[in-house]
Amino acid sequence: MMPRHTRLSGLEPLVITPDLLFVNVGERTNVTGSAQFKKLIKEDRYEEAVDVARQQVANGAQIIDVNMDEGLIDSEAAMTRYLNLIAAEPDIARVPVMVDSSKWTVIEAGLRCLQGKGIVNSISMKEGEDVFLEHARKVQQYGAAVVVMAFDEQGQADTCERKVEICSRAYELLTTRLDFAREDIIFDPNIFAIATGIEEHNNYAVDFIEATREIKRRFPDTHVSGGVSNVSFSFRGNNTVREAIHSVFLYHAIQAGMDMGIVNAGALMIYDDVPEELRDRVEDVVLNRRPDATERLLEIAEKFKAKKGEVVVENLAWREKSVRERLSHALVHGIDQFVNEDTEEARQLSTRPLDVIEGPLMDGMNVVGDLFGAGKMFLPQVVKSARVMKKAVAYLLPYIEEEKLRTGDMGKNNGTIVMATVKGDVHDIGKNIVGVVLRCNNFEVIDLGVMVPAQKILDTAREHNADIIGLSGLITPSLEEMSQVAREMQRQDFHIPLLIGGATTSRAHTALKIEPHYKSPTVWVKDASRAVGVAQSLVSKDLVDAFMTKIRAEYAEVRERHRNRGPGKQLVSLEKARSQRFTCDWTNYQPPQPRQPGITVFDEYDLAELRTYIDWTPFFNAWELAGRYPAILTDDIVGAQASELFRDAQSMLDRIIAERWLSARGVIGFWPAAQAGDDTEVYGADGAKLATLHHLRQQVDKPVERPDFSLADFVAPKDASKQDWIGGFAVTAGIGIEEHVKRFEAAHDDYSSILLKALADRLAEAFAERMHERVRREFWGYVPDETLDNEALINETYRGIRPAPGYPACPDHTEKRTLFQLLDATRNTGIELTEGYAMYPTAAVSGWYFSHPDSQYFVVGRITREQVDDYAKRKGWTREETERWLAPNLDYDPD
Amino acid sequence: MSMLPWLHPERVALLERLLRERILIIDGGMGTMLQRHELDETAFRGERFEAGHDSAQAHDHPGSCDLKGNNDLLTLTNPDIIRGVHEAYLEAGADLVETNTFNSTRISQADYHLEHLAYELNLAGARLARAACDAIEAKTPDKPRFVIGVLGPTSRTASLSPDVNDPGFRNVKFEELALNYTEAASGLIDGGADIVMVETIFDTLNAKAALFALSELFHQRGNRVPVMISGTITDRSGRTLSGQTAEAFYYSVQHARPLSVGLNCALGAADLRPHVQVLANAASCFVSTHPNAGLPNAFGEYDETPEQMASVIGGFARDGLLNLVGGCCGTTPAHIKAIADAVRDCAPRALSSDHSKAA
Repeated sequence: MMPRHTRLSGLEPLVITPDLLFVNVGERTNVTGSAQFKKLIKEDRYEEAVDVARQQVANGAQIIDVNMDEGLIDSEAAMTRYLNLIAAEPDIARVPVMVDSSKWTVIEAGLRCLQGKGIVNSISMKEGEDVFLEHARKVQQYGAAVVVMAFDEQGQADTCERKVEICSRAYELLTTRLDFAREDIIFDPNIFAIATGIEEHNNYAVDFIEATREIKRRFPDTHVSGGVSNVSFSFRGNNTVREAIHSVFLYHAIQAGMDMGIVNAGALMIYDDVPEELRDRVEDVVLNRRPDATERLLEIAEKFKAKKGEVVVENLAWREKSVRERLSHALVHGIDQFVNEDTEEARQLSTRPLDVIEGPLMDGMNVVGDLFGAGKMFLPQVVKSARVMKKAVAYLLPYIEEEKLRTGDMGKNNGTIVMATVKGDVHDIGKNIVGVVLRCNNFEVIDLGVMVPAQKILDTAREHNADIIGLSGLITPSLEEMSQVAREMQRQDFHIPLLIGGATTSRAHTALKIEPHYKSPTVWVKDASRAVGVAQSLVSKDLVDAFMTKIRAEYAEVRERHRNRGPGKQLVSLEKARSQRFTCDWTNYQPPQPRQPGITVFDEYDLAELRTYIDWTPFFNAWELAGRYPAILTDDIVGAQASELFRDAQSMLDRIIAERWLSARGVIGFWPAAQAGDDTEVYGADGAKLATLHHLRQQVDKPVERPDFSLADFVAPKDASKQDWIGGFAVTAGIGIEEHVKRFEAAHDDYSSILLKALADRLAEAFAERMHERVRREFWGYVPDETLDNEALINETYRGIRPAPGYPACPDHTEKRTLFQLLDATRNTGIELTEGYAMYPTAAVSGWYFSHPDSQYFVVGRITREQVDDYAKRKGWTREETERWLAPNLDYDPD
Repeated sequence: MSMLPWLHPERVALLERLLRERILIIDGGMGTMLQRHELDETAFRGERFEAGHDSAQAHDHPGSCDLKGNNDLLTLTNPDIIRGVHEAYLEAGADLVETNTFNSTRISQADYHLEHLAYELNLAGARLARAACDAIEAKTPDKPRFVIGVLGPTSRTASLSPDVNDPGFRNVKFEELALNYTEAASGLIDGGADIVMVETIFDTLNAKAALFALSELFHQRGNRVPVMISGTITDRSGRTLSGQTAEAFYYSVQHARPLSVGLNCALGAADLRPHVQVLANAASCFVSTHPNAGLPNAFGEYDETPEQMASVIGGFARDGLLNLVGGCCGTTPAHIKAIADAVRDCAPRALSSDHSKAA
């Protein structure tokens, strides 16, 4: 049996499964509920009206309710026009539509515009069974779900008993007389206003909630919905109280089984966030717990209304509280303005300076940790909290040292963790974030920085009697290095847990390539939000065994699956892949000649120009805020945090540019080139061979018309006798960053330090994007009149590609050496290559330019030993060396 | 409408029994086969339309209109050729043949000023396919053959604006489409179609108009025939022309309680596979597909060979995705034969227990 879930659709499906808990139906595109929307429709301002729908969806509405019932509007025409307009907007049309009208003709007009499966809101037995059934039959034929209002010939049901009776009768008619799919029935048992001052209204919310419970018990496949804002109608003009009522009402109604509601998706208050005094009195009203409930809510209602207008006073009200609460508030809200004076006050009240840390500061950080763990706080906030913590600790440190000297008391913490980015790698943003989060949770973190050799990590761990070692890395060669560290830990008889993290690491890699080398706990940590849980489990005597049993079982299963993975995606032989190479009609192809061959150096590139080329989405992702820019700024969940972070980023960018914190340098070059097998030969102006670029080829089993690519394919072959070219580039925006990072670190300001690094990364990427654009337009000049906006650039709609060694199309990092030699990149830009072929400064990008109109990004993916051997021969490597550098691409387990 | 009795209950029972036993074969493309005849204007016109308009219709427009390319008209002017195509597919192993009625709606025939022929084309198209099926079924009674009456998409779209400056504009309305489809479907059913298939759906709203028309028609007639539904993923974006994913498409038409849902046209089998997989996972009815013979080459021709196509489709069948399979643009009896051979030993996709009543 297929589960009987309601299956709706716009451009995309919406399956209402129990784990959705509650489906938000956006209410703002309703002329009866929104004065603003009514105005837009009446004034024929449909474009703006469409934006209202867009905001609803962006704010999390999973369905949008559209209602055009207004005396002065031609409702049928307005419904048709509006639905046709939003059908043309994919970001709106992706969700299903609820066609809302009390007039059947308007509903029918709406249904005739919906290609997806929507919902009719509503039909009822108000005019008797025949009309009800006729409308329901039409709904079935149009293909929609239906809201059935608890309304019959006698009128609208207001008591629990009548609601249940009418809904049951409707259910019976729909399922026996029409074979209406029961999961497509949504009951609206009528939400009426409470706290109106009329005694008979007092139990309306309870009647709804209890009716809901009984309806869901009788007909579990159906849904219960309602227009939530009705319930608070008597508090019009006091939005705080209205939202509190909605929140409390929904809390109880959802528990009773209400699983859909027409709400203002952007303005839902969390039940926990309703101030306690207000929540209690609202609860009295909603649950009809005492006869004077309404009066008591009215008593305090004005107070909450007034507060809204006095934002400034409200904001500093926390300064009136006790020092303990002030510190907690400062930590939770990341305010460092008063931290020194508050810490001093707390110190004077404590017997020992350490008590301030172990008391109020840790209490505050525990609140932060709990909120973060529960998904109620986001990473940028936590990092700001940590900044406050660090400042407070820095303030106390001299007193603590003094105390230590006097008493020898060292204090205690959760444990000591030694962290490092492994040898050959320089990326540390993620590692620093993890460090901050762990410190927030009272771990002592010894951060060894970047490019740390294995022995130094192990020696430090011994010296400080560390409880955990954490390794981080971003580039693929780091994976091999981590595995090496694990082997060393085993050889040197370590027993402390090893944590693995960083962008290229994975559970599978850890299970297959690291854990087997180290007998003590080895755990992959997905991201900063998991780090604390893992670390705490590992240092807790009570938790560690159960935790590790679970992890080990998981890893064993990963290995088992890996061993048993069938010949799922069979690779083809190298010969077959080559015979299916990408090719084109080279005889009729005219390779574009660069306008400026040879090397061109850019010193002190204008950062203000690069700023406009920034792709912000990865910036937010670096902070573990999920979503795409700019929609993320108004996201329901992370919007507020994203906006704050974005503001901070903008003001730091202003200073970076105005005060020249960073300088951007770059170099590009173009050389004659020819395809030679899977390699590309590069020549000097005199025709002498300068270098051979080695590329790998896909070996995927594809249909004949789809090539197995190698980058070499995009350059004209030698025998085509065409003068083709290849380009290269290396750019950085990180020159000068050191000094400022140190300055921030000295001020205990990890937030700014991480922000600066993340911005430098973005500027470097923007530099690469801008340079590529100029290459296409000016320096190579094969698309002199290209005009693409930033979004088009981010979406890579341009001609030609700029793949970087170490990335999917050319996964061999060592090719960067050749690139750097050709460009003389280190001398020209200051970018250095580490032994692991990472670039330093880290805010740097390098790669090749290909101009062929059909050149495209692709993923080499897995390769066979046959290709490994072939590649080894071309590179002059042994098989073992090749397997080490290409480890992530091997389709087999090397011996 | 699912509570109405079947028009031909014994045929439906037979069809459903066969669908549980094996993967049934639908025929291949009509256009490719007609191209081979290299028909000229005279051939399209036949006697009745010799002057470029309908001589049997007094109130027809007076002028002359080129009729070459109006493939559906051949049902009337050159029925032997159409019947020959049906027979070639039946001999190649097709269990079901599609009527030559893809464009037999008022809206599409208006291009030739022949909108008045809509009912007649559907009636004659269904009769022709019926005759071809009955003849071969008489020879091989152990292998029943079925006529699928085809309702095409028409040349207009109800949920897309043809005017870039006014996204709210539509050049066809739901009601008009529904009337078109009611007329066409009446002809198909009166002409003896076992099944009606709404196919090559690139705008789901057009299809919903067709399904609405069918349900009203069944309601009026007091009985019904099984309905097949086949959408079109127009390109590698993986969506219909009107922007839906395959899953969203299915949910939009599921209310018709179709015999089958599937995908056809626009892509070759390999590119269709992930979307057919989605339907196979989501659908509570049977699943069909009739892909093109690959993607068109630079000359607009399809060059996937029968062997290539059959090998990909064999994979679909082995993985249990299919109940009905055939071909669309560029496919020939050789393709259908190869496909039939490739899926012969594969079990049909299983339906969960409550699906039987869905049909």
